[in-house]
Amino acid sequence: MTYETIAGLAKTGGLIYFVVLFAVVLAFVLWPRNAEKFREAANIPLKED
Amino acid sequence: MAGLTLYAFGDDTMNGLALFGLGVAAMLGLGVAGGAADEGMRIHAMLFAGAAILAVFFLINRIYEPKVSLAGGPDTIDYNDSVVRAGAIASVFWGLVGFLVGLTLALQLAFPVLNFDTAWLNFGRLRPLHTSAVIFAFGGNVLIMSSFYVVQRTCRARLAGDLAPWFIFWGYQLFIVLAATGYLLGITQSKEYAEPEWYVDLWLTIVWVTYLLVFLATIWKRREPHIYVANWFFLAFIVTVAMVHLVNNATVPVSLMGSKSYIAWSGVQDALTQWWYAHNAVGFFLTAGFLGIMYYFLPKQAGRPIFSYRLSIIHFWSLIFLYIWAGPHHLHFTALPDWAQTLGMVFSVMLWMPSWGGMVNGLMTLSGAWDKIRTDPLIRFMVVSLAFYGMSTFEGPLMAIRTVNALSHYTDWTIGHVHSGALGWVAYISFAAIYFVVPPLWGQARLYSLRLVNVHFWVSSIGIVLYITAMWVSGILQGLMWRAYDNLGFLEFSFIETVEAMHPFYVIRAVGGLLFVIGMLVMIYNLWRTIRGEVRAEAPMAGTAAARA
Repeated sequence: MTYETIAGLAKTGGLIYFVVLFAVVLAFVLWPRNAEKFREAANIPLKED
Repeated sequence: MAGLTLYAFGDDTMNGLALFGLGVAAMLGLGVAGGAADEGMRIHAMLFAGAAILAVFFLINRIYEPKVSLAGGPDTIDYNDSVVRAGAIASVFWGLVGFLVGLTLALQLAFPVLNFDTAWLNFGRLRPLHTSAVIFAFGGNVLIMSSFYVVQRTCRARLAGDLAPWFIFWGYQLFIVLAATGYLLGITQSKEYAEPEWYVDLWLTIVWVTYLLVFLATIWKRREPHIYVANWFFLAFIVTVAMVHLVNNATVPVSLMGSKSYIAWSGVQDALTQWWYAHNAVGFFLTAGFLGIMYYFLPKQAGRPIFSYRLSIIHFWSLIFLYIWAGPHHLHFTALPDWAQTLGMVFSVMLWMPSWGGMVNGLMTLSGAWDKIRTDPLIRFMVVSLAFYGMSTFEGPLMAIRTVNALSHYTDWTIGHVHSGALGWVAYISFAAIYFVVPPLWGQARLYSLRLVNVHFWVSSIGIVLYITAMWVSGILQGLMWRAYDNLGFLEFSFIETVEAMHPFYVIRAVGGLLFVIGMLVMIYNLWRTIRGEVRAEAPMAGTAAARA
């Protein structure tokens, strides 16, 4: 394993990892079925006392 | 889940275990004090034993106190607010201490005679006292206090544990006292924001893991289906601080009876570990934790939900996944490999996006209610803190770019940047949270005086502006003077000439600091009268319905 191999793997791996992660977060956030859940959650602080 | 099993034990079992533990701690302290290898360790071991003995006394008193029955019907939740009250007092107390030490340092820089030629009060020992007092003592107490306040209310559940929250509170105060006295005694690891030595680090680890367990156990028994976004930020703060603290403090003590230790990492690896730690202290202690405060108290005070809950989730995940990589930007032009420097720089620049996403999310919460900035001084503190959050998270990535860093690094620009974040963002959102929680915690309907909150706001805002503008000018001046060459290639200025040029700006900075301390005193006065249940007879704030009537 040379430095170049490790660096190459880290760079491509890191790129894919972050892009996939971000895509998953976006999908979760924008999924239409989650809209109601988020609306309820946003109102949690206003419910109490 | 240790927290949950412990929680399941009866009070008697827990009290017995706690007394036993305190007895062992006291013996340990006395034993170490007897055979200590150095004077610092002897003093600290005696402090530790003293704290354990005091705790035994108070615990026995507590056991014989009459039990207060849990209030209300089946639907009301008996929140554990006593530890939150203690946290509010500790926050204000340590805030004043930290700001006063900061003012002393600013004056020492302007007038070096104020070092008084003694090792104890010399700038080098007072500086970590200031940074630790404001970050860990003031900031830490605000975070523990407000996370306990918020997690109970957003989970609609009482804080887990009976003794554990008190152990966290007092254990954390002991950590602060051990750290602070250590600096004055000259005990230090020489790692920025991680100065306390190995035994204090171990103690903090025990306190912090208990904090994590109590927080998780409270979330575990929540009556809300959803975990509100503020709790996600608090959780990220607690977990990440534990992680970076453990890795950066992997030390080998010279002797189990002595205060000195050596780090397991060597050379540039140690430097990288240190700045990975220190930048995440900024990212998770001073940012994620205080964002948790913002996401609860801003909607609460504005009386409307956060602008976009979806954006808050994107804010959370992208912030925590990017911040952890930004540390190497502290090591530009050092022995750290170029690719690692570039990595730190790129991740810092990418942080612009989540940071500004969060700022926009906070500010837009007020859309349709902008008049509250005029009428509500608490909203004023919150909005300005968000503006400073946006400004310092813009400035930070800019300074992380290698070419800008070549000018800014090691100059006062860095100090100015840190204080625009620390005073503008962290302290302002903390002030707003403290003003918010004190009246309900002491059973009062409102603050003693909203107009005094306004005075506090303006006095300290002018202080911040004086501070940061003085540091911008002096920092850039300093950087330009250091790199100025004459036509023969010699340096234009000697180092002492650059120091002399700083003097007027150091005086302006000290004036700014003085104003910030005065603002804090106004706050303490206002809170003191509030707690006593007094309400000042005063004209309502301009623009409110009460003022128009």
